Amino acid sequence: MTPVPALAVPVLIVSVLIVPALGAALLLGLRLQVRALKMYGLAVSGLTLVPVVAMAVTFDYRRAAQIQHEVDLPWIPGLDLRFHLGVDGISLPLVALTALLTFLCFVYLSGDRRTERLRAMMSALLLLEVGMLGTFLALDLLLFFVFFEVVLIPMYFVIAIWGGPGRRAAALKFILYTLLGSVVLLLGLLLIWSQTGTLDIVALAHSQGAALPRAVQIVAFVTIGLGLAVKTPMWPLHTWLPDAHTEAPTVGSVLLAGVLLKMGTYGFARIAIPVLPDGAHAVAPWLGAFAVVGIVYGALACLAQRDLKRMIAYSSVGHMGFVLLGFATLTPVGVNAALFGNIAHGLITGLLFFLAGAVKDRYGTADMAELGGGMLGRLPYLGSLLTFACIASLGLPGLAGFWGEMLALFGAFEPAEGLSRPLFLVFMAVGGLGTVLTAAYFLVMLSRVTHGPPGPLTPSAVGDVRTFELSAWVPLVLLILVFGLWPKALLAITDPAVQTFLEAR
Amino acid sequence: MMVMVACAVLLPFLGAVGGLLGPRAVRFAARRAAWRAVRFAAWFAVVPTAVAAILAGVAAVRVLRGGTGGTAVAGTLTVVETGSLPVAVGLEVTRLSALTGVLVTVVALAVQVYSVGYMRDDRRYPSYSAFISLFTSAMLLVVYAADLIVLYVGWEIMGLCSYLLIGHWWEDRANSRAAVKAFLVTRLGDVGFLFGIFVLAVGAGSFRIDDVVTKYPAMSTTVLTVGTLLLLVGVAGKSAQAPLHTWLPDAMAGPTPISALIHAATMVAAGIFIVARLFPLFLAAPTTLAVLAIMAALGMLGAALAALAQDDLKRVLAYSTISQLAFMAGALAARDDDAAIFHLFTHGAFKALLFLCAGLIIHRAATNLMSGMGGLRRAMPITFATTTIGFAALMGLPPASGFFSKDAALAAMGAAPGAAPGTAPGAVPSAVPSAVPGAVGWILYGTALATVAVTGAYATRAWLRTFFGEPRAQTGDHAREGPASMLWPVILLAVPALLLGFAVPAAPHWGTAALSVALALLGAGAVYATWRGAPDADPARLLGPLRRACEQAFYVDTAYNALFVRPVRWLAHAVVRADDTVVDGAVRGSGRTARGLSGVLRLAQNGNAQIYVSGLVAGLLIIVVGAVVLG
Repeated sequence: MTPVPALAVPVLIVSVLIVPALGAALLLGLRLQVRALKMYGLAVSGLTLVPVVAMAVTFDYRRAAQIQHEVDLPWIPGLDLRFHLGVDGISLPLVALTALLTFLCFVYLSGDRRTERLRAMMSALLLLEVGMLGTFLALDLLLFFVFFEVVLIPMYFVIAIWGGPGRRAAALKFILYTLLGSVVLLLGLLLIWSQTGTLDIVALAHSQGAALPRAVQIVAFVTIGLGLAVKTPMWPLHTWLPDAHTEAPTVGSVLLAGVLLKMGTYGFARIAIPVLPDGAHAVAPWLGAFAVVGIVYGALACLAQRDLKRMIAYSSVGHMGFVLLGFATLTPVGVNAALFGNIAHGLITGLLFFLAGAVKDRYGTADMAELGGGMLGRLPYLGSLLTFACIASLGLPGLAGFWGEMLALFGAFEPAEGLSRPLFLVFMAVGGLGTVLTAAYFLVMLSRVTHGPPGPLTPSAVGDVRTFELSAWVPLVLLILVFGLWPKALLAITDPAVQTFLEAR
Repeated sequence: MMVMVACAVLLPFLGAVGGLLGPRAVRFAARRAAWRAVRFAAWFAVVPTAVAAILAGVAAVRVLRGGTGGTAVAGTLTVVETGSLPVAVGLEVTRLSALTGVLVTVVALAVQVYSVGYMRDDRRYPSYSAFISLFTSAMLLVVYAADLIVLYVGWEIMGLCSYLLIGHWWEDRANSRAAVKAFLVTRLGDVGFLFGIFVLAVGAGSFRIDDVVTKYPAMSTTVLTVGTLLLLVGVAGKSAQAPLHTWLPDAMAGPTPISALIHAATMVAAGIFIVARLFPLFLAAPTTLAVLAIMAALGMLGAALAALAQDDLKRVLAYSTISQLAFMAGALAARDDDAAIFHLFTHGAFKALLFLCAGLIIHRAATNLMSGMGGLRRAMPITFATTTIGFAALMGLPPASGFFSKDAALAAMGAAPGAAPGTAPGAVPSAVPSAVPGAVGWILYGTALATVAVTGAYATRAWLRTFFGEPRAQTGDHAREGPASMLWPVILLAVPALLLGFAVPAAPHWGTAALSVALALLGAGAVYATWRGAPDADPARLLGPLRRACEQAFYVDTAYNALFVRPVRWLAHAVVRADDTVVDGAVRGSGRTARGLSGVLRLAQNGNAQIYVSGLVAGLLIIVVGAVVLG
């Protein structure tokens, strides 16, 4: 690949953040009609997608382990805080996923009937995008934390503005719980800083925790891990999630599940494991244990849920359990699995929440008992898409969900040296059982909702899938198929980066 | 060659995509729009399958003729790095896979053609035929895969298609339940299968089937035994072997052609196929073979007895399928993969034939229950002739194909008890005392012989109850032959069902052959005698007090329901309760505690001067006392 001119690179990566930030700021001054507002949001999020795509195109895939499109400027010299951004094989897929899902959310909003407080909603979403993208781009511990926090406020408003009847309590729970997690995370980050004197993630990862004594690493890993685990969420720190999802509007749920949860798991891949290898080693068995408990617990909780959105929320607990299990193995295959699982879950659960939102839109409820059955008869396209998404989510080979789960289990079969193999074999077996339970709750749900004679509720006159919905969903369907049939598309990007940080040891 | 095979796999897949999206993308003239859509989809269904069948046939001829130098042909498209063992996306054609590929495509083609007639009034024919195409593609992927993970991909997609097709008439809750059950039971097996793949692949250092099969001598006995036993779990799931067989009878809720395709000829054969594909590994693991023998013995006799008591014609055939698959598993356990595969082929032909015939009968009689049939011999002469061929093959009567293959399998099982374990070439010495496999071998042989007799009995019963006796009420006088598109596949399938036995040049083992025919006739004779006495009554009364247990398939479903389904449900509700009261309760509790604490702190600034002064005095007191005591 021809080297990109030196100036062009920072422009790309900086514009990824500037465009949505400017878009949000301009929105405060503009007074637009509803239609123009929708177009505006669509344009800004589309414009954000452009530099992201350009970055992905100019990314040198043969050097996927190296930081590319790097920009490193002093920001607050007194704090040694630097504006340090860049992408590598670990972050590039997540950056692309974020920009794509946000854009699709705006596509979905462009056809939505709700118009009250649309301007506030749009600016909150754009700010949210800045925070999410910044988290994945940041290469400075404090900068990472700043973006990590930036996300909370707009998400709070997304839930509080457009949420369901219990939105205030849910939004409050969300922000208090995750803020509490962030405080712990900040303590861990500061501990690293105080011991090493640097905030540069690249340098820290490169030194493989050499400057950090083992005890410090363990304490730092536990605190950072706790902070990230709240966001992920790891069992038993998950209870903010079902409430937030049930009450959040469709686009909120999509971004919450599709991107926000990944910020937690991304933190493990970017900071916790590379910077604190000894700490990771000591804590990995615990992480794995909580992960598999989460898998089975989430699946069992789903099996008894009545509300569709709540069920999908709990399914995230299970799926994130597989991601955490992948990390806990500390093997290249496990970490690859986790990164794959991240993207797959973002696509699939994003689609599932879109669909659940559409169901709620039409029937006025997402309660399975009230919905009755026969959706395949009444709304065949919606029912078929729901079937597709559920089958993808239960990890069917040939669709994206499979590879993350399968490789995570494979990683657990042969965990990294020094980890107890029998213990991880138990994790693998329990995780395998979890895949059966996962299949069980999705199929039971499909059976209740899409099969059988039509229920008492009739869908609203909206009818089956509409064009704007289809245009928001089809990209997700296609990507689920592409990554499922051609896993190399993703593994080839993540593997070099993962090998580098795990093998340098 | 590889391009050809790759096309054979991909064509039905593209057909499925086209069949799903095509009819929706095209606007049909309003007049008979539904009918036109079906016609349109039928092209997408039949043509790719037909081409795939031709390609598979050509590939098979070339491999069998030794045009490829007598060895397997393999090709790899790409290697996917996973961070550990790489996954090689590739195909491989061995003798076994070449032959199985022909079986799959031919049966699939017959079913596609038959379905055009059977499902022509079904609005959802396009999705139905697309799922069959997808299934064909997945099964071909299993057959031709060169890598265990690629094989697993096809293996699970088959399970999905099975789910979708069993649930084709989803308006009926029972069908929906049967579909879910089929998927979950097979998925349970598949998890074991996946773990088995892990064990063997790590042992061999590669996911490639070739590497696994050639490097097994380097693996320890433990790895081999554990790996193959885990694979066996998946085999039991897919091939409906005890104890994971319970999904198959319920799966008969699907349209009859599906029962013929998936639940008789192809998908259930995948388990047997995979054992044969990795046979050297199984030969080197005597414990696994002993377990397989026990499973087979349980399955073949139990299912045959259950078949004898069923009233639903398709359930008779379903239990018969379990029994016959167990027969193949028995031959595998007796270390004879050729006999097992031979029976797999003849069974694929005659059971697909029997299911399609059953479809014709059910189509006309408008009931699945044999108590509603009878006397159809005169109304449906062609169906009668083809069904008779099918039943003769099932019973193992000469000259039908089943006679030869059943004989080969029986002879293998008869020879097994004498043979010491571990004598197979290249096998690692067995750690198991030879007496145990010997005893297991005798049990297996004994059950197999008993099964032959029971098979004769249930086949005769089904044959008599449908075609002979007085026509019963519902069938009426409009019972006649089905449409040509349904008859032709049946007639074509009858040819291999009758003649496939002559394709293998080996002469029958006359001793076992005579024994088995005699036993089959004994069973048939017993049923016939009972039936002659009272043609209107069910000959199943022969079973006496056992009848009820057989009808319920020995209450396995009830037991599973009590042992697994209900505890999981209970656990799920317990988790939800605990999540609310304990896990989230702690969170809410901490919120309340924080608020309570803040209430205490608030006392210091609530504007009440009395409290301020009291606090001040109390603080002063403590300081003074502290200073006095400590000072």
